Amino acid sequence: MKLNKFVIGGLLILGAVVFLIANATKDASQYFMTVDELKAEGPAIVDKNLRVSGAVIGDTIQYDPSTLTLTFEVAHVPAEDATLKDEGGLAEALHQATIDPSRSRMTVVYVGVKPDLLRNEAQAIVTGSVGADGVFHAEELLLKCPTRYEEAVPEQAG
Amino acid sequence: MIANLGLGILLITFIVTVYSAVTAAASNPKGLARLLRSLPSLRAKRFADELEKLETPQRAASMAESARRAMLLTFPLLTLTSLLLIYLLVNDHYEVKFVYEVTSRSMPTYLKVTAWWGGQAGSLLFWSWLMSAFASLVTLRKWDRDREFLPWVIFVSCVTLAFFVGMTAFFENPFRVFYQTETGVEAHFFPPANSIPFTPEDGRGLNPLLRHPGMIIHPPLLYLGFVSYVIPFAFAIAALITGRTDDRWIRLTRRWSLWAWLFLTFGLVLGGRWAYDVLGWGGYWGWDPVEIAAFMPWLTGTAFLHSVMIQEKRGMLKHWNMLLIILTYDLVIFGTFLTRSGVLSSVHAFAQSAIGPLFFVYIAMTLIVSVALVIYRWGELKSETEMNSLLSRESLFLFNNLLFMSILVVCFWGVIYPLTSELFTGSKVTVGPAFYERANGPLFAGLMFLMGIAPLSAWGHSTLKTLGRAMWLPTIAAVLVTVAIFATYTHNVYALIGFFLVAFVILITLYEYWRGSRARMKIHSENILTAFWNLTARDRRRYGGYIVHISMMLMAIGILGIELFQMETQGTLEVGQQQSIGGYDVVYKDIARFTGPDGREVTRATLSIYRGNEYLGDLHPRIDYYWDSQQSMTIPGQRATMKDDLYILLVNWEPASATGATFKIYVNPLVNWLWMGSLLFLIGIIIAAWPDKDPERVAVRAGKRARQASAAD
Repeated sequence: MKLNKFVIGGLLILGAVVFLIANATKDASQYFMTVDELKAEGPAIVDKNLRVSGAVIGDTIQYDPSTLTLTFEVAHVPAEDATLKDEGGLAEALHQATIDPSRSRMTVVYVGVKPDLLRNEAQAIVTGSVGADGVFHAEELLLKCPTRYEEAVPEQAG
Repeated sequence: MIANLGLGILLITFIVTVYSAVTAAASNPKGLARLLRSLPSLRAKRFADELEKLETPQRAASMAESARRAMLLTFPLLTLTSLLLIYLLVNDHYEVKFVYEVTSRSMPTYLKVTAWWGGQAGSLLFWSWLMSAFASLVTLRKWDRDREFLPWVIFVSCVTLAFFVGMTAFFENPFRVFYQTETGVEAHFFPPANSIPFTPEDGRGLNPLLRHPGMIIHPPLLYLGFVSYVIPFAFAIAALITGRTDDRWIRLTRRWSLWAWLFLTFGLVLGGRWAYDVLGWGGYWGWDPVEIAAFMPWLTGTAFLHSVMIQEKRGMLKHWNMLLIILTYDLVIFGTFLTRSGVLSSVHAFAQSAIGPLFFVYIAMTLIVSVALVIYRWGELKSETEMNSLLSRESLFLFNNLLFMSILVVCFWGVIYPLTSELFTGSKVTVGPAFYERANGPLFAGLMFLMGIAPLSAWGHSTLKTLGRAMWLPTIAAVLVTVAIFATYTHNVYALIGFFLVAFVILITLYEYWRGSRARMKIHSENILTAFWNLTARDRRRYGGYIVHISMMLMAIGILGIELFQMETQGTLEVGQQQSIGGYDVVYKDIARFTGPDGREVTRATLSIYRGNEYLGDLHPRIDYYWDSQQSMTIPGQRATMKDDLYILLVNWEPASATGATFKIYVNPLVNWLWMGSLLFLIGIIIAAWPDKDPERVAVRAGKRARQASAAD
């Protein structure tokens, strides 16, 4: 009898925690995708919470400072480290993606301040969702530029 | 030369730690024999008989003494290694790979010293150095009453130390030197064939983000917290092996766990402050896996802090305390590893890091062995009393522990979810801060509620009636406070629940203080201040703990404020233009670009802040661009008051562009309560943890008191 109420109390807490975790996981999950994978999903992916990485195409960047609306296109880059290595590292893969017209591309719209790092061949990691028109509405925009900072060994002198 | 010397001493240290661990274990063959007996093998039993014959008091004492001296040697050895590394860092020895990676010529000397913990290799050495200092400190105390613990405390400390020193020496060595070979520049200990030494002109420099005062103190504090938790763990294992499974190990390590908790908490808060001042996104905590890795041992550590009290007062939850400290230890190791390597970004990154698998093997091994020891002693760890009232103090503490564990599970799930989903479904899924906030929010609210009622409940037995009598007055006051907040500040339901709980806890705690002081005033006819002082001095652990509770509530006010009421706006302003937010008018005055002393280019804007017509001062948000690491840092301009923080970021400005400068402006309500709360926390925990004049005698007295208390039940 005495034990029972503790067991019930414990089970109640356990149940509440499982519910909280399941619920929060369902609502807050973000799917990592490449542009190719996103295109393959088609309309099934509309309005889901996504995180997509791609190479910025410099010529497509448009910015309207009065409405803070930023529009640009990203081209597909592979996500697998092994594939990236085959293509000669991230910097080379990004470069290839921007000059290869056969790569699938995606238009991104972001409202906010235009980041300094947004330029041709930068890697854009956008978080948001795809509308029915196939345009990606980014809530968050991260940019990475491969620099010498990531190289482990210094370049040879002379 | 110096790099080779460092390498040599590091290797010697490794041998010394292994020697100390082996000798310490061998000094107590009876302990080993007992463990072997429990194995279901005849050969193990025969071997155990042989082992027992080996133990003579003289031999045991001399071997334990030898192990102790070897362990005491590790501190000077590691100090020397560290000094050599600091010498290399300060004197621009860029031929050393580690020095090249974390310093540059333009860095001031103090930053070159702190670059010691700016990279993985150096911070592992730093960890080992702290560990050796603490282990030495522990072996210096008087051991008269606890002789049997000594070899096993040394054993656990030295195994831990050997792991970290070995990791530093063999895998993440800061003393590797560059050589130019035919294929390129490589880092080695000794020159490879056909190579010449290679010295880069300048280093890459410490990551600018790590050049902030907060980042200079934050990692050492966090590491101090991490390392201090090894000591209670070592005593717990010693208790399990020697079979002295009463609460002696808890009493001996009570102060250690309090100090560990102090360092860990303060390390976390400082990390938040650093993020707020440097990372430039208007927040202090982002539920990043690295943050969570440091937060998880804090959760188990806090649960441990509470549950040991039940064992001391009521002789219950002995298994649980053992498991908690084991879990804390392994989370500390996990946290140390994670905070300095980006493994959680992907499964692949993890497989590529050389030390990742080793860390996991070590964690798995220590976990299995320790839990096996607990199972082996299961029968001896039986509770002395039974829990029978749901509202008793011990029962509420148990619920507190369950909630802490639930938060741990939520955090752990969030961290491993991307990895498991990638392994099992192939698609990479992650959960953002929203996940942690939604899942943990109700659990934190539950903890706050318990924080309010637990101090009022009695050990053994409490009823709704006794609880209600003690809390109706503060509860009504808390309701009134909430109504006032509803009328004047906000209608947000979550905020109202939060503020109610804050008021509830603070008022109940103050009421407890008041009742205690008033009782003293009557009995001892003291004035209110003396009564208050004596009350705290008599039971510092309890009243220090109350201060910590109040400080946590002040921090909760700050968290509620910034989480629920943060306002933000952004815009591109021309000189003279203004932007308004949250009652502030911000006028952009001018901007300047100049070169700073340590190789950075500073772009600094000046904005005047007004509230209505009242001029409040100027703010200077700036962007620092570091040439050596080609990285920029966005430093906000802040105006802090207890009501809110005005937090302005300079986002973009190009000298050539005519459109003006772009700013992002936040108003962060109440966030200062978070930092104020952390200062009060410091006071509370120091009151609770300050050493007594004669710890032994006090422990004995406390033991007597506890017996009397249980007899009274």
